[in-house]
Amino acid sequence: MPAVTVTSPGRYPSPTSLKPARLRVSDLARLGGYGLRSRPLRAVLSALGIAIGIASMVAVVGISASSHADLDRQLRTLGTNLLTVKPGKTFGGKDAQLPAPSLAMIKQISPVLSATAIGVISDVHVYRNERIPSVETAGMSVSAARLDLLSTVSAELDRGTWLNAATERYPTVVLGARTAKQLGYPPTVYIGGRSWVVSGVLKKAPLAQELDLSALIGWPAATTYLGFDGHPTVVYTRAAESQVEAVQAVLAATANPEKPNEATVSRPSDLLTLQRAANKTFTALLVGLGAVALLVGGIGVANTMVISVLERRSEIGLRRSLGATKGQIRTQFVSEALLLSMLGGAVGSLLGYLVTGTYAMIQQWPAVVPWWALLGGVGATVGIGAIAGLYPAIRAARLAPTEALASS
Amino acid sequence: MTAPEIDAVPAGEVTADYPVIELTGVTKAYQGGVHALRSVDLTVEYGEMLAIVGPSGSGKSTMLNLIGTLDRPTEGTVRIDGYDVAALSDRQLSALRSRRIGFVFQQFHLAPGRDALGNVADGLLYTGLSRREREQRAEAALDRVGLRDRVTHRPHQLSGGQKQRVAIARAVAGQPPLLLADEPTGNLDSASGVGVMEVLHDLHTAGTTVLVITHDREIADSLPRQVPMLDGQVV
Repeated sequence: MPAVTVTSPGRYPSPTSLKPARLRVSDLARLGGYGLRSRPLRAVLSALGIAIGIASMVAVVGISASSHADLDRQLRTLGTNLLTVKPGKTFGGKDAQLPAPSLAMIKQISPVLSATAIGVISDVHVYRNERIPSVETAGMSVSAARLDLLSTVSAELDRGTWLNAATERYPTVVLGARTAKQLGYPPTVYIGGRSWVVSGVLKKAPLAQELDLSALIGWPAATTYLGFDGHPTVVYTRAAESQVEAVQAVLAATANPEKPNEATVSRPSDLLTLQRAANKTFTALLVGLGAVALLVGGIGVANTMVISVLERRSEIGLRRSLGATKGQIRTQFVSEALLLSMLGGAVGSLLGYLVTGTYAMIQQWPAVVPWWALLGGVGATVGIGAIAGLYPAIRAARLAPTEALASS
Repeated sequence: MTAPEIDAVPAGEVTADYPVIELTGVTKAYQGGVHALRSVDLTVEYGEMLAIVGPSGSGKSTMLNLIGTLDRPTEGTVRIDGYDVAALSDRQLSALRSRRIGFVFQQFHLAPGRDALGNVADGLLYTGLSRREREQRAEAALDRVGLRDRVTHRPHQLSGGQKQRVAIARAVAGQPPLLLADEPTGNLDSASGVGVMEVLHDLHTAGTTVLVITHDREIADSLPRQVPMLDGQVV
């Protein structure tokens, strides 16, 4: 009874019947896992390098994105249609003044929704009490303010009340956010030789940051008690959204028709955006540092894999004798490196996410981690794992079975 | 699941019209002119049990590498299980080893972190069998070598003799027709050595071709056939 099926013309079996079986993906993943688990400390340490790199990059991108989200949110509430006019310099280089009627003139421009002004009273400062030496001004100034200031610049009260038609005539003051903090939220302050009652404190005003370091008093009180000359130092103008550029173009000439060049017009929302844009350079630098950390992490993985291949020569020899092809040995080591770096990437992404969340919470920003940052992180780890694992894997596969088995 | 394609002789059958090992005028020379083997002829039929015996340097390890298709000869023809090794690609040789040849080494080569079942099942990784099937066969193989109650033990919990029996189970789990054992008792005390040889005898009785490579005359003499080697030649 012949027990042999002969497929080739001779009496021998045909070589074409010999086809190596494919390794399943699940088996490959398990194989990579065994390799890592056999030396867990080394695996954790080299994955840590990747994790730190990914975490720092995700955190930097996340924090930057959260800060942008916060700015967008701020601008939505504050509006981008506020324009300010300030006195510039004369041709002689001296400080110029805005004419006293400039506010009234600006209000005549038709697309202007509202306009208000403050006037810094020169050489007058605010003190906690009369015993503070007059040179210790701490950069805080005293300004006369119109009653419609808050609504025009979107400033809000932190506590107390704003000036009204009565209190604007008497020694009553509303402190800017930083002024109040520096003075320690006093019930009264000392301005121009007399005590003033503090009726309220403002929140920080992002579109009119000069208010933060001011003590605001009524326009009539300023004239009565401090000899204010009535020249505005900042005119705030809200223009119809569609007409902002047009208003901006005529604002200087309207404020100071005789010398338009002595009036400076700016758009505070633009400045705010620019301030944040300046942070972009810094963000890029930090991302660069993260990339370096990632690169070092990748080298760590490659190093681990090279050592692993050297140490596991006899395992490679055994697997070849069990019927592993060169390709299967190569795939085993690449998948081990991939697993290692993806482990680091997963931990790093989570870490970066947590750092972003914590920082945003402290800053009271909305926490935003862009999907592309997470996706990029995962992509980077896959790329790094493949590159770091490829060379050691090729070396492992090239090892002759007899040589690998003889090394033990 | 694609079943391994085997159109050659299954284990236990001894009625092939070609031998399982057929070496004709085989020479193996290494760079520098060292001749490990000089024009060796050897024929082994299916179901035989034999020893290749000789002192170190006699060329018996080279014989193992050539018969195990881990290396190719410089001259001559090596036919294993009917296949001409020279005509096969590296991938085809791998497929041949995965299904038709089992190896047992002096140093056991067990993965330290994995239990006996895992080590044996890993031996079938390259056959294309599913994981469940690999584990079933591994269990059966451990049963065959008398380690039914050591399935979940790790190598460090096993004696030397038990380790070698796990290695034998790994080699025969896929029921290859040819089992190559390289100094299988070399690292064992004599009592464990006897136990391991008994397992090999049992496998031979069940139909497997068993080829033992040894320097130990006593072990060689306990087998039905001896192939003595000296200086790269069969004497």
